[in-house]
Amino acid sequence: MTNIPETGRTPRVQTRLIVIQVLVLSLLVTLGGRLWYLQIREGEAYAKEASGNHVQQVVQPAVRGSILDARGVPLADNETRLVVSASRTELLKMKDDGQGVLTKLAGVLGMQPKEVMEKVRLCDAQTPQPCWNGSPYQPIPITDEATPRQALQIRERAEDFPGITAEPQAVRRYASPGEANTAQVLGYLSPVTDDELQQAKDSESPYLRSDQVGRSGLERQYDKELRGKAGVTRYEVDNLGRVIGQAESDAAEPGSNLVTSIDARVQRVAEYELNEAMKAARKEWDRNTNERYKADSGAVVVMEAKTGRVVAMASNPTYDPNAWVGGISAKDYAALTGKKSNYPLLNRAIQGQAAPGSIFKVVSTAAAVQAGYAFDGRYNCSSSYSVGGQVFKNFESQNHGPIDLGRALEVSCDTVYYQLAHSEWKKDGGINPKGKPKDWFYKAAHQFGLGKETGIDLPNEVTGRVPDRQWKQQYWEANKDAWCKTGKKDGDYVERIAYENCLEGNKMRAGDEINYSIGQGDTLVTPIQMATIYAAIANGGTLYDPTVGKAIVSADGKQVSEIAPESHGKLPVSRQALAQMDKALEGVATRGTAAWRFADVGWPQDKIPMHAKTGTAEVYGKQTTSWFATYTDDYAIVMTISQGGTGSGASGPAVRNIYDALYGVSDDGTINKKNALLPTPQKSLPKIRTDGSITAPKISKDPAKEQQASQKAPEDADGQVETAATVQTPATGNRDTRRRQGRRGRRRMLT
Amino acid sequence: MTGANSFQVSGYGPERAGWTRLFARDSLARRLDWPILLAAIALSLIGSVLVYSATRNRTEINQGDPYYFLIRHLLNTGIGFALMIGTVWLGHRTLRTAVPILYGASVFLVLLVLTPLGTTVNGAHSWIQIGGGFSLQPSEFVKVTIILGMAMLLAVRVDAGDRQHPDHRTVVQALGLAIVPMLIVMLMPDLGSVMVMAVIVLGVLLASGASNRWVFGLLGAGTIGAIAVWQLHILDDYQINRFAAFANPDLDPAGVGYNTNQARIAIGSGGLTGSGLFQGSQTTGQFVPEQQTDFVFTVAGEELGFLGGGLIILLLGVVLWRACRIALDSTELYGTTVAAGIVAWFAFQSFENIGMTLGIMPVTGLPLPFVSYGGSSMFAVWVAVGLLQSIRVQRPLSA
Repeated sequence: MTNIPETGRTPRVQTRLIVIQVLVLSLLVTLGGRLWYLQIREGEAYAKEASGNHVQQVVQPAVRGSILDARGVPLADNETRLVVSASRTELLKMKDDGQGVLTKLAGVLGMQPKEVMEKVRLCDAQTPQPCWNGSPYQPIPITDEATPRQALQIRERAEDFPGITAEPQAVRRYASPGEANTAQVLGYLSPVTDDELQQAKDSESPYLRSDQVGRSGLERQYDKELRGKAGVTRYEVDNLGRVIGQAESDAAEPGSNLVTSIDARVQRVAEYELNEAMKAARKEWDRNTNERYKADSGAVVVMEAKTGRVVAMASNPTYDPNAWVGGISAKDYAALTGKKSNYPLLNRAIQGQAAPGSIFKVVSTAAAVQAGYAFDGRYNCSSSYSVGGQVFKNFESQNHGPIDLGRALEVSCDTVYYQLAHSEWKKDGGINPKGKPKDWFYKAAHQFGLGKETGIDLPNEVTGRVPDRQWKQQYWEANKDAWCKTGKKDGDYVERIAYENCLEGNKMRAGDEINYSIGQGDTLVTPIQMATIYAAIANGGTLYDPTVGKAIVSADGKQVSEIAPESHGKLPVSRQALAQMDKALEGVATRGTAAWRFADVGWPQDKIPMHAKTGTAEVYGKQTTSWFATYTDDYAIVMTISQGGTGSGASGPAVRNIYDALYGVSDDGTINKKNALLPTPQKSLPKIRTDGSITAPKISKDPAKEQQASQKAPEDADGQVETAATVQTPATGNRDTRRRQGRRGRRRMLT
Repeated sequence: MTGANSFQVSGYGPERAGWTRLFARDSLARRLDWPILLAAIALSLIGSVLVYSATRNRTEINQGDPYYFLIRHLLNTGIGFALMIGTVWLGHRTLRTAVPILYGASVFLVLLVLTPLGTTVNGAHSWIQIGGGFSLQPSEFVKVTIILGMAMLLAVRVDAGDRQHPDHRTVVQALGLAIVPMLIVMLMPDLGSVMVMAVIVLGVLLASGASNRWVFGLLGAGTIGAIAVWQLHILDDYQINRFAAFANPDLDPAGVGYNTNQARIAIGSGGLTGSGLFQGSQTTGQFVPEQQTDFVFTVAGEELGFLGGGLIILLLGVVLWRACRIALDSTELYGTTVAAGIVAWFAFQSFENIGMTLGIMPVTGLPLPFVSYGGSSMFAVWVAVGLLQSIRVQRPLSA
């Protein structure tokens, strides 16, 4: 072994030193390579992660926009409450973590110091409620019921209360102007869910944990517009959450106001009259079931005929929308959603569906004309019509002899429609049609917009149902197994029906089409659909999408975006036929089934031409559904009461009273403009000033009661009262007496 | 030793200015290894800036004075520099006679840590408080004395020309000398330092020319030992977690995994040029724990980027490269072994420290030589630089 000459070292050592050198070099290269990988190759990902590390958001809630009626009266607005909050970030800066301040604050607010401390501590697995489960950078509310005095104490001695704020904050309020609660139309808010919170986290407008979200009605439909945009302040924080700087911030944008076409006064009258009519119906005896009418639910829609805008929409049973404010209690919620209260949350004007009864005859009339039957033709209105051994009776077996379609509408003659439907059914090939049946009657219903949503700007509208061949097939396929199981040829009524359905439920039977022609059977419609149809008849044939929202006005009133009426079709009726139909419906009000509610009891028909159609739908196992569809030049009103009796009987007085209120018509038929709530639809929008305040007229305490009172004493009003001129009725006897009878008395009449 | 030497020896030349004499061809200044010295100074100064950046906002530890750590770091560097000069002045050969005393003193200090005088920082009971806010970490000094002691034992017979390589008895003695303080440090427990010492032992043995059997035997024993420690749960849980979490931060997201993650985020977000000095949000926001000591490299990574981090690695490379040269160039085994020990120490400690911030090594409490804040460490590494310089200065000039 020769040693290295210069150092006298053995080669073994020399080799090992070189190995060490190489090892050292490779370690350094490894570090350099890893550094390059982290900083250059993956650098961007880490930079993103770093920026998320030290920015915390604090969200300032946006004030929710108001919902206004057509004249600017707030239906839903915000109430200011004094909220005292504590900023944790500030408190933690103090030596005692803010305990002293909180104790002092508890003294001012009259709370226990422990109570206050518990409210500001953060929730975690070990901490039970009460605790704060929102962002620790968010001011934590300690009370929202501070008195102005307490707030002043805190504000004036700000140096004694560092980190404590006492500020007014907006809380939703449903004002019920003039007792109009409009509950189902307005909808309600409920706290944001975890899912929504998570989803909106990185969006433009994140939710606060304390946020409320529209859950139904207008609050839901226009939630985005009403909610506005929460402000976000971004703070740079260190690892302990201490604020070390402020990054860019967006100011909160208050939500826009929603101007509706609702008139709070008319709404009140509609709600009041609906409720009164139902109360009255419950006193009436139903001879078919031998008990009093149940009148379990009802709805009324007042619509501008020329635009489809909803002036009033009432649904009964109803509830107080303020029950939702500040979190609904479990008891209230159970009451609102239970069967016992008959689901007051449902807006029966758009979510209640029932067979339409005779108010459907306008559809059948149009179908008949389309199918080629002359409007002026003569059709035998016999007392009954039999098909294959089955006898279909006219209502209360009236016999009017040969009449035209107009008269058939006026007197609501069922047998005329039976004949027409039956002959069409035969023309289409009977039970086993060859080729494609024409199905005029069903086609017309679809063209009138039935069987689908009207497109009203309210959520969860139901479609109703047109029991056409397609539906029958689907329904049969879904149910035939059950029918075939329970059906018995010689069983009771239900079993026999099931038996028949099992055999040929998918086929259009003569009886199906006959029943359908007068709006009975499986047909289902909603009040809003019928209002849309009757408004279309009034306006010359345009089916408008009903709207409640009329305009969205920014909080400062500067940006106004009007919601223009849109049509979803034309009635499939020629101009001439429409005019004839219009005339016939006027006839209903002057000498037909609704005359005893209008012409016979002092309706100024020459000044305000009234058109009407009554309907009484039979529902198996239930009492009859009352329908009343009416219109003037400007308004269409449709009312229904489930298990309420006949159309004109149960709903008639209420509808008449709503018209009285709209036009200021007194009991004796005089028109008093002073009492008229809305003789022509509200055109202009309410003014919203730049400071957010709204010009709204004063509204009386209860327009419904006032309107009634004004009618009681028509003689007191002197010069301004114009007496109704000729009334097209065979006015026999004392008009006033009849009127009173009509208003207060309920008797059965044909519909 | 020809021309220059005779020139000096003659002593009859004209009197020259002081600075010229200092830089005369054979003068001490000319013989010093300047690259190592300049690199060490540069690292210490960069370290002071990084330490300042990491601590200027940490009011809970800097006593309200943003310059508290900066001043102390500079002071430490100054003391370290003086220690280096002293070491060069004395010379490593002179120190050789004092090695037993130094070794004894350092082991005594380490033992002292285990008494109530010792204090615990971050789970390791490695410090002695000496009042005035100063504290000592004796395990840093042990690293030096182990190198010196082992080198002395292993080289004495070889340098005397008695043997070509250290015999087995000598190796056993040297190992025994190292193991005593290692066991004590293990008890603290300061695992990082034990690892460094183990690598030092390996480096010294390698350079001393000890038999391959020893080298591979120790490597094998170390591996078996590590497996045994792991399987028999000799280590505390936190130590196991630290080992596992560097590879998988999710294992301990609030503990070591958090450190690892935040360190990686800090470095990764630096990119090529960094966010700028004092501009790093991770650093300003104090998301990385122990950032002025163990995780000081993250400050460089975030605020100075790849260029700054690369420069630190490069400077450490200069130190190590020169130290390797010094080991290779030394004419006696003692010098070679000491230099090799120092190379092993610096190399492993730097790799471990930077590696853990980059997530390729387990997290242990080891300072980055010259850069990290910490007096004991700073003194020890500067003494080591002094030893290297002394070895360099006292070798034949021609080499």
